[in-house]
Amino acid sequence: MTEGGKTTSPKLSPAARAVKKWRRKRGALIMVLHEIQNQAGFVPRETAREIAEGMEVPLARVYEVLTFYNYFKLRPPGKAVISVCTGTACHLKGAPELVAELEKELEIGQGETTPDGLFHLQCVRCVGCCGLAPAISVNGKIYGKAAPSQVRQILAEWRAVFREEDVDD
Amino acid sequence: MINLTINGIGVEVDEGTTILEAARAAKMNIPTLCRHPDLPPAAACGICVVRVRGRGNLVRACAAPAEEGMEVTTHDPEIVRVRRTVLELILSGHPNECLTCLRNESCELQSLAAEFGIKEESFPPLIAEHPLDDSTRSIVLDPRKCVKCGRCITVCQEQQNVWALSFLDRGIETRISPAGEIVLAESPCIRCGQCSAHCPVGAITEYDQGGEVWEALSDPAVYCVAQIAPSIRVSIGEAFGYEPGTNVSGQVYDALRRMGFDAVFDTNFGADVTIMEEATEFAERFRNSPESLPLITTCCPAWVDFMEKFHPEMIPHFSSCKSPQSILGVLAKTYYAEQRRLDPARIFMVSIMPCTAKKYEIHRHKTMFASGRQDVDVSITSRELIRMIRQSGLDFSGLDCLAAADSPLGEYSGAGAIFGATGGVMEAALRSAHYFVSGADLRDPVIPAVRGISGVKEGEIAIEGRPVRFAVAHGLANVEKVLDKITAAREKGDDPPYHFVEVMACPGGCIGGGGQAWEVDDAIRRLRVEGLLKDDAIREVRVSHRNPSIEKLYRDFLDRPLSDKARQLLHTSYRPRRKYRR
Ligand code: SF4
Ligand code: SF4
Ligand code: SF4
Ligand code: FES
Repeated sequence: MTEGGKTTSPKLSPAARAVKKWRRKRGALIMVLHEIQNQAGFVPRETAREIAEGMEVPLARVYEVLTFYNYFKLRPPGKAVISVCTGTACHLKGAPELVAELEKELEIGQGETTPDGLFHLQCVRCVGCCGLAPAISVNGKIYGKAAPSQVRQILAEWRAVFREEDVDD
Repeated sequence: MINLTINGIGVEVDEGTTILEAARAAKMNIPTLCRHPDLPPAAACGICVVRVRGRGNLVRACAAPAEEGMEVTTHDPEIVRVRRTVLELILSGHPNECLTCLRNESCELQSLAAEFGIKEESFPPLIAEHPLDDSTRSIVLDPRKCVKCGRCITVCQEQQNVWALSFLDRGIETRISPAGEIVLAESPCIRCGQCSAHCPVGAITEYDQGGEVWEALSDPAVYCVAQIAPSIRVSIGEAFGYEPGTNVSGQVYDALRRMGFDAVFDTNFGADVTIMEEATEFAERFRNSPESLPLITTCCPAWVDFMEKFHPEMIPHFSSCKSPQSILGVLAKTYYAEQRRLDPARIFMVSIMPCTAKKYEIHRHKTMFASGRQDVDVSITSRELIRMIRQSGLDFSGLDCLAAADSPLGEYSGAGAIFGATGGVMEAALRSAHYFVSGADLRDPVIPAVRGISGVKEGEIAIEGRPVRFAVAHGLANVEKVLDKITAAREKGDDPPYHFVEVMACPGGCIGGGGQAWEVDDAIRRLRVEGLLKDDAIREVRVSHRNPSIEKLYRDFLDRPLSDKARQLLHTSYRPRRKYRR
């Protein structure tokens, strides 16, 4: 699987991939955190721990960096973060139409969160599964070869998840 | 040498001296807050500003080096006004809670406010709301009181290499915190308390259990016993006007009896037992399985926790022997209880330790309940005992300096006495190991290579012509150097670089413990060490295996070191632990 000429392995987690890519470079920690923030819209704790392990830096240092810059978020901006891949492959295979459909359905633009706090919409450079282009990921769950006609169904699926969680509370 | 003037007075100082130190040489005190003699200057607070002729801005004396020909002014109306404003700004971010603060009367910020004669709040108060964190039950973080000097961070990250604490957020929002939205007990914190010993204010303190002790003491059905750690006898006196290093064992025993303890023991006896077991363990490995060396000491619970979290691969090298505190605890509720026909369920054991991690040790593993119940009920620090002595209304210096501890858990050898200093455990253990292997005592019990307060000490003695190489490390950042050598030798298939390793988490060993009185520096540590070495030098018996009470303990109760009974009561075990629980 290739993206921008570099080979990426689908088996590695996003954190592991970013760590591998930046490990030996200057300012590596901040670049890795950037990459995660861009992909996921926030840096989940498990990912921060994985990065600390992988880069062999104390977790406290990772959090020093994460909390120093306003750019990084520790919590998802919406309950469900929808990331539309706009990497080359996805773009060619219809990502712009997916984005348009999501914007219409959610009545928000890119980088915004629905007023009820449920959905956050963002575009990312690559979610690492170009073979499935065009791809959407919602809280890490990948929807491959997605078509605009599926958007409603995907949103309904996540609304149902949150309804159940509310009942549990 | 460098020549400069301080307020017109000429001084000559070494290269690398700061303006602050040069001023001291000229008998001028410049106020400081973030500066601590143990740590590199952070230049964080700005209270130490002085004027240097020819420089436009005031400079921070704690960090600026003295230079040839410098003309420094330490005090003039403008400098004092700037300092005052800095102080007032710090005060505006600090809650006005002196009356209900553990650092009342020992707080460096409070002293500055008194020195500057602050009478009112000049800036509107802006106190951040952060929750208290007492999750470790060893130390308590109150980030609201933090003045952001950075000492605790440097200590935890650089001196201890634990990285439990960090500054999160920035600007006005900056706060001390473990990594992310967790509490300290979920972090790798090893509870050494060094952060609390270095904090200038009440933002990090010991977890205070004086109240629990008073409660036990006021219950007539409870038989209260106490034990005092090796190191506290040479530190507690400082709070009552004695020179650092003065041995006040007698006054402390007397104070404890007057406070209502039914019996007062000495942890030094436990130290002698630790040596009997540990030196035997060493002798066995040395004779029968040299490949299982080095043996690593385990009387420091912060070090044990560190190893379980960061170096579980070293577990096979750890001595299984419990610490003196834990040993004395279990012997009080078994051996002593049997002798005195006491129901162990009635005994309440309070240990007085230099240490916040000892609060954790007493329940860290099921073997800490070897008597059938928790062997040590409460462990308090020197600081808590000092407060309790004050609360008792005792005139400390008038107490009986010749009072003795209760027999038999109060009689100790010179080897037990030196446990509280870095290198002391190694020296004590080598004295007995030599005897256990060869059947003869060392000609001279003093082993100079273990002494002194440099971070890593190495040396060698010969037992029956075979070399025993040892290393002593204190301050956990120093341990990595020792462990790296061991690992490197193992990977290459070489002989181990050491056969015996002593580690203490705190600089100087327990005399510099995280629960000891505040504002300690190396000069004070040295004096405390000397105090312990003196206690050893004046003793008739200087090796644990010749302490008559120890001989009797083994004759009447334990049989011999590493017997089944000894193993059951006096030994523990270790397991890898997670650094982060979340
Ligand atoms: S007790 Fe020790 S390990 Fe824990 S935060 Fe303080 S300095 Fe760090
Ligand atoms: S907690 Fe204490 S030592 Fe740590 S930064 Fe704050 S004031 Fe300084
Ligand atoms: S060196 Fe002593 S005071 Fe410090 S943590 Fe270890 S046992 Fe406690
Ligand atoms: S003491 Fe010099 S800046 Fe704080």
